[in-house]
Amino acid sequence: MNTETSHSFAERLLKSRYIWPLAALLLMLIFNLLLDASFLDIHFDNGRFYGNPIDILHRSAPVALLAIGMTVVIATGGIDLSVGAVMAIAGAVCANLLVATDVSLFTVLVAGIASGLLCGLINGALVSYMGIQPIIATLLLMVTGRGIAQLLNDGQIVTFQHAGFSWLGSGTLLGIPVTIWLVLLVFIISQLMLRRTALGLFVEAVGCNSSASRYLGINDRTVKLMAYLLTGFCAALAGIISAADINGSDANNVGLWLELDAILAVVLGGAALSGGRFSIPLSLLGVLIIQTLNTTIMVSGMPSKLNLLIKALAVVLVLLLQSDIFRKQISGLAGKWRHS
Amino acid sequence: MIARRFVPLLATFSLLVVMFIIGGFQFEGFASFQVVTNLLTDNAFLLVVALGMTLVILSGGIDLSVGAVVALSGVLCAVLISEYQWPPLLVFPLVLVIGTLFGTLMGSLIYFYKLQPFIVTLAGMFFARGLATTISEESVGIEHPLYYAVADSGIALPGNAWLPSYAIIVLAVLAGLFLLTHYSRFGGYVYAIGGNSQSAALMGVPIARSTIGIYAMSSFLAAFAGILYTFYTFSGYALTGIGMELDAIAAVVIGGTLLTGGSGYILGTLLGVMLMGIIHTYIIFEGSLNSWWARIAIGLLLFVFIALQKVLNRSSQRG
Repeated sequence: MNTETSHSFAERLLKSRYIWPLAALLLMLIFNLLLDASFLDIHFDNGRFYGNPIDILHRSAPVALLAIGMTVVIATGGIDLSVGAVMAIAGAVCANLLVATDVSLFTVLVAGIASGLLCGLINGALVSYMGIQPIIATLLLMVTGRGIAQLLNDGQIVTFQHAGFSWLGSGTLLGIPVTIWLVLLVFIISQLMLRRTALGLFVEAVGCNSSASRYLGINDRTVKLMAYLLTGFCAALAGIISAADINGSDANNVGLWLELDAILAVVLGGAALSGGRFSIPLSLLGVLIIQTLNTTIMVSGMPSKLNLLIKALAVVLVLLLQSDIFRKQISGLAGKWRHS
Repeated sequence: MIARRFVPLLATFSLLVVMFIIGGFQFEGFASFQVVTNLLTDNAFLLVVALGMTLVILSGGIDLSVGAVVALSGVLCAVLISEYQWPPLLVFPLVLVIGTLFGTLMGSLIYFYKLQPFIVTLAGMFFARGLATTISEESVGIEHPLYYAVADSGIALPGNAWLPSYAIIVLAVLAGLFLLTHYSRFGGYVYAIGGNSQSAALMGVPIARSTIGIYAMSSFLAAFAGILYTFYTFSGYALTGIGMELDAIAAVVIGGTLLTGGSGYILGTLLGVMLMGIIHTYIIFEGSLNSWWARIAIGLLLFVFIALQKVLNRSSQRG
């Protein structure tokens, strides 16, 4: 009896979708602890917490925001390649408004978020109402977005001084960076909306088969449009905290390659790129893995250029592990090995 | 009556002519033979990459790794020639083989494990770019007699124009790809897979060999473009070709190839590259416009052509 329950517990644990991402994260943390026993230490100083874990959470905030939006878009069977460019646009909009002195912080933030929502609206309209493949539709904004941000900034890096705005990027609340609170807030709201209402089911239905879901009476176009609006919103927020962090808008470099990190996080979280099942907590776990990896590479003194190589191998490995054919091959090999 | 599938091609061609005429009236020296040959030489590597992309898109796939492969092949050439003193004629085949193997690997992952092309080639992009930066983070200059010899050779054309030898090489690649795509069995397979891969398989098209071959070809051409790029800049740099995959996709689409695969032309891609090149040239001649206007213009153009494809597709389904 006892063994049976433990067996089923172990089996359940192995089957849980959390086990592999969690194992990867733990493995990396153990590796870091072996390198540096004080890796996970947190200390309280001058009214805020310091330490590697806080640093990892703080640095991963933009990707975490992007990953929340990206999870939902991928769940509807789409993809959003424009998030990095949207970050640049939102940052540029805010920076330029802040330089114009007589605008309130509230207006600046509303304008920044609105620019992101507008981008999301364009992407969503192209995908759901014009029927353009998501890769290409969002590629358009990826190509033009940085150009638009450059145009807003007149080709310069626009810098500003605004204590309230900077607080969003580098301030603390109750000793913890504001960025972490923002990610938590967006996470909780989106999780409540997707898991406590039928929205999440609609998203999964559309992702599995959008024409079938239409026959069931789900407005698949609106669901897709909403998903792109969400990524637009998240990207704008990520752009705002990135701009607030450096007190400026650098249209060329802000959010560069972050779309790839966000997609990677979602894939690491085990979501199928073809749409359907999704889990925002798992994607955030993916974000933590990526950021811990970045920090590990930095702390252990390995050249940071290895970063891209390791990420590439990680993506391929995770994709292979998700592939049924690969699993069959592996279990076939294991079977042969056991017989011989 | 023009066949519907030629409409995007014709639109691109007219736009090209119109841009050329407008530029010619506005600026002295715009409508010259030299500008045309410069269009070809300045966009040579983009054209080679876009030709490979045409094959991939025709088959219904996408290859996001090409820009990174261009960088990797350039860095490999520069490091092997400058730092290890290998003869270029040994380095070039080696780099081309590495590029082809890289594409073969990506194609195999896509075919055998039924993975989506865009995520596999995205990982390939990470990998190639990471490998290039690992080999050398700085730009590596190339000093070799062969490079100077090639840079100095070319054909003098009437009207004081000069066609450098590597533009001639590009024209040869174009001709080769044209024959391969439109007049070979492999080309037929590419169209068949892009049209409907299940029917293609039922008709006896070797899907495995063709799919892998398509991605191998694309990476081969990207590696080739990387070698060309070293002749253009006399150096190899790990950060070249960022965003080149987007330019290549844009050129293919503007050239009238359907993004869903199965329909398009190699010569259309040539027109697409030329049209994008002439937009850049116009902005350089204009002087007051910033270079990021070019990206916005190309984005808008891309949108118009995608919309055109949609409209044509819809009306052909109804008709």
